[in-house]
Amino acid sequence: MTNWLHHIPILIVAVPLISAPICILFTFGANRKAAWFWTLLVSWFAFLCSIYLLNHVLENGIISYHLGSWEPPLGIEYRIDLINAFVLLIVSGISAIAIPFGRLVVDKEIEPDRQILFYTTYLLCLTGLLGVTITGDAFNIFVFLEISSLSSYVLIAMGVRSDRRALTAAYNYLILGTVGATFFVIGLGFLYMVTGTLNIMDLSDRLTHLADNKAVHAGYAFIIIGLALKVALFPMHVWLPNSYTYAPSLISIFLAATATKVSIYVLLRFLFKVFGFSFDFIPLTLTFIFLPLAITAIFFGSVGAIYQTNIKRLFAYSSVAQIGYIVMGIALSNTIGLTAAVLHIFNHALIKGAIFMAAGCLVFRVGKLTTYTIRGLGKEMPWTFAALVLAGLSLIGIPTTVGFISKWYLLLGIMENGWWPIIPLIVIGSLLAVVYMWKIIEAAYFFQAPQDRAPVKEVPLELLIPLWVLVGCNFYFGIQTEITIRIAKEAATILLGNSP
Amino acid sequence: MRHHLVLRVIAKMLIPFILLFGLYVQFHGDFGPGGGFQAGVIFAAAFILYALVFGDDQARKVVPDKALIVLVPLGLILYAVTGFYGLFLEGNFLDYNVLLNSPKAGQHIGIFIVELGVGITVAAVMISIFRAYAGRTRAIDDEDW
Repeated sequence: MTNWLHHIPILIVAVPLISAPICILFTFGANRKAAWFWTLLVSWFAFLCSIYLLNHVLENGIISYHLGSWEPPLGIEYRIDLINAFVLLIVSGISAIAIPFGRLVVDKEIEPDRQILFYTTYLLCLTGLLGVTITGDAFNIFVFLEISSLSSYVLIAMGVRSDRRALTAAYNYLILGTVGATFFVIGLGFLYMVTGTLNIMDLSDRLTHLADNKAVHAGYAFIIIGLALKVALFPMHVWLPNSYTYAPSLISIFLAATATKVSIYVLLRFLFKVFGFSFDFIPLTLTFIFLPLAITAIFFGSVGAIYQTNIKRLFAYSSVAQIGYIVMGIALSNTIGLTAAVLHIFNHALIKGAIFMAAGCLVFRVGKLTTYTIRGLGKEMPWTFAALVLAGLSLIGIPTTVGFISKWYLLLGIMENGWWPIIPLIVIGSLLAVVYMWKIIEAAYFFQAPQDRAPVKEVPLELLIPLWVLVGCNFYFGIQTEITIRIAKEAATILLGNSP
Repeated sequence: MRHHLVLRVIAKMLIPFILLFGLYVQFHGDFGPGGGFQAGVIFAAAFILYALVFGDDQARKVVPDKALIVLVPLGLILYAVTGFYGLFLEGNFLDYNVLLNSPKAGQHIGIFIVELGVGITVAAVMISIFRAYAGRTRAIDDEDW
């Protein structure tokens, strides 16, 4: 008998992959509900798999799975250590909670005859993100990155029914995303030219002796720039605000919580594991390029958010700032800083997932979200707004929320490096978050509803339950921090350590 | 294209050979240059040529849209099922060695089926892309040129 547990590393990717074409076949029954339910089952399956994998990695260490039984470095290897097991959990977990939320929202926002294709594309996007995270093969990362990116361009463009600007947003993302992916693959080409291998472990072994090779330097530059584009690190973030704003609500939730996180994971993997500190230009890049960019991102994103009137756009700009915090954690390049970065990957997924979910509830009732249309809604939709405010507190970083935990570790990391001048900047960044959250609170609670809007009801429970589960997670992991901090710390140790 | 007699006759003569060449590239792929992707594109080229010469409506009668909706996922399903089949025979995913009695025969049949899946999907996707553009309502009618 086949031992199925042994095959979970491939099943978590292959099951969503094969479910996507099966999902298209629901067209013949024209059964939208079945397509949704199918997506739900697959998402939950992936979530269970990722929990199993994380547990397994925590107890028994690294899992290595050989596709087609070809030994690495020749064959493709799926290699799961604590870092990618954690990211897998984030991606599949957000999907598992977003899909139950999605049915009503998708019904409202997507044309009926496109919904089945929508779910198919969603499954492909999920496959891509999970694949990028799990694989131990550099070229495989590129392939899955393209699967997830191509499907997310399509998914963003599907917001066209509510706002035609979704098309230009998707096109913008298509061009920049393709440039990013191309840079990444050109960089890989350089590395392959020099080392003749694509397996990440093998690559990092062989690169240790090639620190002076000019082709490796060029490859490094290409890879880092390409990934920074995918991460949406300032000033390469221009695709992000519009994409998140005009995408359908379900996609805003899913992409905001997972897509950039997965790219950050790949960035971490390449910076610390493939190249590693045998390259003396890595600390240089981190300190003199990433750190200033991260600080600029925090300020640019937060100040940009303050000036937005469109609510989803406001939170998209805030995402740019939050990516700045994560990259700052990476730039610190000490254990605590990296712990903060890995923690914030998880915490920010919870925060932005909850916030965009609340925004999805508002879109469900109001349609276009601006600081004008949400006036007075605090009374009419009390539960949604309470959730939005609590998630906002987490975004600002109030104690007992997850946002506080990651910022706390970030501050500790900065102190360890002795970079005191940066500490006020972090505090100011948080205060700017207070300003833009206040804009929303003020509009929702302290203004009368506009005359031209009919009274709205609270959204149904089907939307409120997933929203409150995510908000609950924001507080649960803000108080019960042992598990996440333990994982993040061990992940940081793996990243900085010399052992594989 | 009603009056382009030369084009129609030549297209009719060429299309069987294009299809045959597509099949050759497909099934000779594991011995020589070729494989599913290239074969799929060549195969689709025959249908696209047919649509260009005889019109989109006529081509839709040959390959209806519904057939495409089945064919696009079918190739991918074929690929993935081959992968999963290895799991049931106690191999890893996409392990061809266990498909038949000997690893050599298994590798042959495995790559054969997988490339067939690739070929089907690529051909169907190519025709779909062509059709998505060709099927749009025209700003200017053919007669108005």
